[in-house]
Amino acid sequence: MPDTAIAEAPARAATGGNILQVRNLESWYGESHILHGINFDVNAGEVVTLLGRNGAGKTTTLKSIMGIIGKRSGSVKFNDEEIIRATSDKIARMGIAFCPEERGIFSSLDVRENLMLPPVVRAGGLPLDQIFDLFPNLKERLSSQGTKLSGGEQQMLAIARILRTGASFLMLDEPTEGLAPVIIQQIGHTIARLKKEGFTILLVEQNFRFASTVADRYYVVEHGKIIDGFSNAELATNMDKLHTYLGV
Amino acid sequence: MQALYAQLLVGLINGSFYALLSLGLAVIFGMLNIINFAHGALYMMGAFVAYFLLNLGGINYWWALLLAPIIVGIFGMILERTMLQWLTGLDHLYGLLLTFGIALIVQGVFQNYFGSSGLPYAIPDQLKGGMNLGFMFLPVYRGWVVVFSLVVCLATWFLIEKTQLGAYLRAATENPTLVRAFGINVPRMITLTYGLGVGLAALAGVLSAPINQVRPLMGADLIIVVFAVVVIGGMGSIMGSIITGFALGVIEGLTKYFYPEASNTVVFVLMVLVLLVKPTGLTGRAA
Repeated sequence: MPDTAIAEAPARAATGGNILQVRNLESWYGESHILHGINFDVNAGEVVTLLGRNGAGKTTTLKSIMGIIGKRSGSVKFNDEEIIRATSDKIARMGIAFCPEERGIFSSLDVRENLMLPPVVRAGGLPLDQIFDLFPNLKERLSSQGTKLSGGEQQMLAIARILRTGASFLMLDEPTEGLAPVIIQQIGHTIARLKKEGFTILLVEQNFRFASTVADRYYVVEHGKIIDGFSNAELATNMDKLHTYLGV
Repeated sequence: MQALYAQLLVGLINGSFYALLSLGLAVIFGMLNIINFAHGALYMMGAFVAYFLLNLGGINYWWALLLAPIIVGIFGMILERTMLQWLTGLDHLYGLLLTFGIALIVQGVFQNYFGSSGLPYAIPDQLKGGMNLGFMFLPVYRGWVVVFSLVVCLATWFLIEKTQLGAYLRAATENPTLVRAFGINVPRMITLTYGLGVGLAALAGVLSAPINQVRPLMGADLIIVVFAVVVIGGMGSIMGSIITGFALGVIEGLTKYFYPEASNTVVFVLMVLVLLVKPTGLTGRAA
C-alpha cells in the first residue's frame, strides 16, 4: 500500500478542537434502558476508542450518536451543533459516517455499487484511486457480489465506502472482529493512515491490543456508562485496571 | 391456425397487463414489504382518470398516458404517507388487510357513482385499424399495448437494476436503517417507490381502457391472477415479474385454444406446481 497519496493530501482537521461532545446520553431499545448517561468528548484529528465487555453499551453509543436508536435523550453536539433530535440521514449529511459491526455489505449490490452507494455529503472525500491505494483488493473485485468477498475484504469495503463521502468523523464498530491477524494488521495501518490524513475516528473495540496501536485515548464503557478514561501514554499504568474491566 | 395466433395475441395483451401490474406489486413488495391488495383498484382508477380527462377536460389518450399515472401515483403517495407507513415492522397481514379495505372502499365509491357496467373509451385515431400480417390480422392498438408495455417494463427494470437510484432502492430493501445512516432520505424514497408502483398500475389502466372499457370492478377481476403471477415469478423479483407476466399471458392464451375449459384455472394450477417445487418462485431468492 503506497504512502504517497496519503502523505501528499492536505490535513483534514487540526488536532485539538472539540468535534464531538456527548453529555448524559441515555438510550432505550423498546423498554430496555441501555445507556445510563454517557459522557465523553472527541477532539478533531484524534482516534478515540471505546473499550468494554460484550453488552456494555459501546455499539449502542455509536448508534445513538448516529441517530439509529429511536429513543434517546441527553445531548450530542457535533461541531457545536446539537444532533440528538436529528434523523440519521441528516446526521450523515453533517459529516459523520458509520461503519457497523456487521459490516452491512449489501448482497443485491456488487462491490462497485456497494462502494459508490453512500452519497457524497461534502467535499473532501477520498477519490477512488486513493481508496484503491489503501485497499488494492477491492479494485480487482469490483464486479463481484458484495457478500462473496472474504470477511477481511468485506471489512475493507465497509470502511472504503464511507471514505468517499467527505465525512470527516468516522465511527468504526469493531472493525477487527473475526478477522485473521494479518488483516487486523492491515486495518490498523489503514486507521493510522486515515488519522494522518486528518480524519477523526471513534472506534469501538474489545481487542485493546489492537486499539493500543492506533488510539490516542480510551474510554471504558460498563453497564451503559463511561467508568474510566485515559490517554495512550497512560495505558501501561492502567493495564491491571483494564484487565479487570474487560475480564481478560 | 388463425384462431391460434389470435389467442396468442390475446395472451400477449393479457400478459402485458399482468407484467405491468405484477411489476408494480413486485416493486412495492420489495421495498415496502407490503402486499398491496389495492393495486387492482388503483389500476381501475388509472382507467377512470383517463376517462375523466377525456370527457371532462378534453384531454386525449396520449396526455392521459402521462397524467393518469402521475395523478393516481400522487393518490398512492398520500395513502402511503397517511396509512401504510404506520405498518412498518408489522406482520404482512396488516398491510394486506389495510390495502384490501382500501380496495373495497375505492371500488365501492366508483360503483356507487358509475354502476357496474362499462364506460366506453375510444381508441385514439392514430392507433385505429389493423395490419394484415399474412398469417393473422393484427389490430394496431393491441400491438401498441404489447410493445409499449414491454418498453415500460424494461425501462423500470433498467431503473432498478442498473442505476444509482436503483442501487439505493435495492440496498434499502435489504437494510433501510443503514442506507438512511449513509445520508439517504429513506422514508421519502419509500413514498416515491409506492408512487412509482401505483403509477405503473394506473398506466396499465389507461392502456386497458380502450380494450376492456372502464369499469369499477375491472381491477378486482384481474388482481387475483396478478398475485398468482407475482408468486410464480418470485415475490419482489423485478425481472421475474416481467417474464412471468408475459409468459403466463401466452400460456393462458394457448390454453384457451387447446383446452378452453382450463383457461381460467391454468395460472393457478401453475402457481401450485411452482410453490410445490420452488416455494420462493421461479426467480425469487430464499429469505
